[in-house]
Amino acid sequence: MSWSLFLPLMIPFAAAALAVLGPRAGFEARWISVGGSALHLAAAINLAVVVAGEGVVAAQMGGWAAPVGVTLAADALAAIMVLAVAFMGLAVAVYALADIDRRRASAHWHALYQLLLAGASGAFLTGDLFNLYVWFEVMLIASFGLLVIGGDRAQIDGGVKYVALNLVATLCFLVAVGLIHGQTGTLNMADLSVKIAERPSAALDAASVLLFAAFAAKAGFFPLFFWLPAAYHTPPMAVTAIFAAVLTKAGVYAIFRVFTLIFPESPALDALLWIAIATMVTGVIGAGAHTDARRILSFHIVSQIGYMALGLALATPLAIAGAIVYMVHNIVVKANLILIAGVQRRMTGAHDLVKAGGLYAAAPLLAFLFFVSAMAMAGVPPLSGFWGKLALAQASVSAEAWAALAATLGVGLFTLYSMTKIWLLGYLSPHASGRAHAVKALPRGARLALMGPVAALAATSAALGLNPGPLLEAAGTAAAQLLDPTAYVAAVLGAHG
Amino acid sequence: MEPVLALTVGVLAACGVWLMLARHLLRFVLGLTLLGAAANLSVFTAGRVTADAAPLIPEGAIALEGAAANPLPQALVLTAIVIGFGLSAFALALALAAQKRLGGVDPETMRVAEPVKGSSGRGDAA
Repeated sequence: MSWSLFLPLMIPFAAAALAVLGPRAGFEARWISVGGSALHLAAAINLAVVVAGEGVVAAQMGGWAAPVGVTLAADALAAIMVLAVAFMGLAVAVYALADIDRRRASAHWHALYQLLLAGASGAFLTGDLFNLYVWFEVMLIASFGLLVIGGDRAQIDGGVKYVALNLVATLCFLVAVGLIHGQTGTLNMADLSVKIAERPSAALDAASVLLFAAFAAKAGFFPLFFWLPAAYHTPPMAVTAIFAAVLTKAGVYAIFRVFTLIFPESPALDALLWIAIATMVTGVIGAGAHTDARRILSFHIVSQIGYMALGLALATPLAIAGAIVYMVHNIVVKANLILIAGVQRRMTGAHDLVKAGGLYAAAPLLAFLFFVSAMAMAGVPPLSGFWGKLALAQASVSAEAWAALAATLGVGLFTLYSMTKIWLLGYLSPHASGRAHAVKALPRGARLALMGPVAALAATSAALGLNPGPLLEAAGTAAAQLLDPTAYVAAVLGAHG
Repeated sequence: MEPVLALTVGVLAACGVWLMLARHLLRFVLGLTLLGAAANLSVFTAGRVTADAAPLIPEGAIALEGAAANPLPQALVLTAIVIGFGLSAFALALALAAQKRLGGVDPETMRVAEPVKGSSGRGDAA
């Protein structure tokens, strides 16, 4: 049982070490990255099967019983997140075969990529608050490297803003963890859940708000999201895609975990509904102002984080399940649209849609895959985005949160507007240069590596939309476990609880 | 002891934030380092400052005898210092790269990634 928790952490770490130290370091480390990601996915599937069979599983590192030792634990939400991230990890590793050039690879791009996956898996699986801080640091340090490797001027510029704001959030996180430990004498999340429920205090409330601010900055909530659209469009699209799939979602996961298990009564949650609505609306308005596909998609990341926050703000089983379904859909589809943006750039020569065009005539398959993903993103039934939004809209109605309902539906329309903009400018209208053969075909060697993951992710999105049963059921289990943490606490603390 | 340490945390944090508000990347990084020191010191202080013995179990015994200092906050701070060192080094290297590649250290003029239409900033070459 403990191996199933341990493997999703150790495989990417081993792959990262091998990619730096192994005989094939440098450009050929890309194959180590693909192999490591395939094993990571297998371990994540194994974990999901174990969690589906046994419920919440926990293991104590080094044999020290909780709450003394460091705990690894997985409930349905953690297993879903690890599975989604491992799946995206493999898809983007394959895309990176063609997207990451020799210069970037020799700066150990592939090792950092695996380290990012390791950090994310650790953040999802840890049952210890300080450990969560350490895993976020692992993720952050890897993301710093991935963001600036290559050293383009835009990358350095975006990197400065990304690094600055994320480091401030990290310090807030650290101080909050220190204050919580000072008040309770424990860092084990299950133990904290029990102790804080018994003895709440104003000092703990203050620490919880500080912790909320730190996670909110990492997740990209309004008004702390400015680092995201300043940086996400600057690196190669493989980096942006994995960032979109992993980084902000780890922040959302941390908020879901900490503010259901440890601080279900935190005063920060009182503001969450309006933060969620403001995040949805500002993100989508930001996207409206741009014609660069990468920047449109970056702003939509922010907007869609708002939907996930809305789930926790409403805090009913349906709302949280809807938010989890929406998060899984978003991880797959948003990353895929970003990967498609990378293909668009290669074929038309420009990220700015005003300077692109003509893809519908030149690349009908790409156009079809984009159309499926874009409609899923906008939430058109029966594609994958529809079910999460439907659940969130229903939950808003039952909670009589009419502003949330209006935002859910209205932001969906604006998302459709953004997707239509990319479709019209990039696909339907002829290429801006006016020349007949302005749209180039992908080079033969790169075609499979770039289009394979795009097609697989579009198929996944369609499958999640046409057969939503298994995901809805898993998300329902996850929501029930989040809202009633008894099983989680019992699994971690065992007889001591 | 705690009031002195708490005041020190406050002064360090204030100096850090003041430096971070400067329009100079190097000052920003230094401010961040000070803020990091304030964070570490606050974690240390929150874990109770006591003048007890070191938490070492004597030979032959299986548990601590009498009062002992709590070693955990120190272990946490040590981890945070190591991580903070790495992050500061990276931030400094990035500031240096920004100065070389973007030709300046004033964040207000750094508009390469997000060019402003019609401005005379350095963003036009993106």
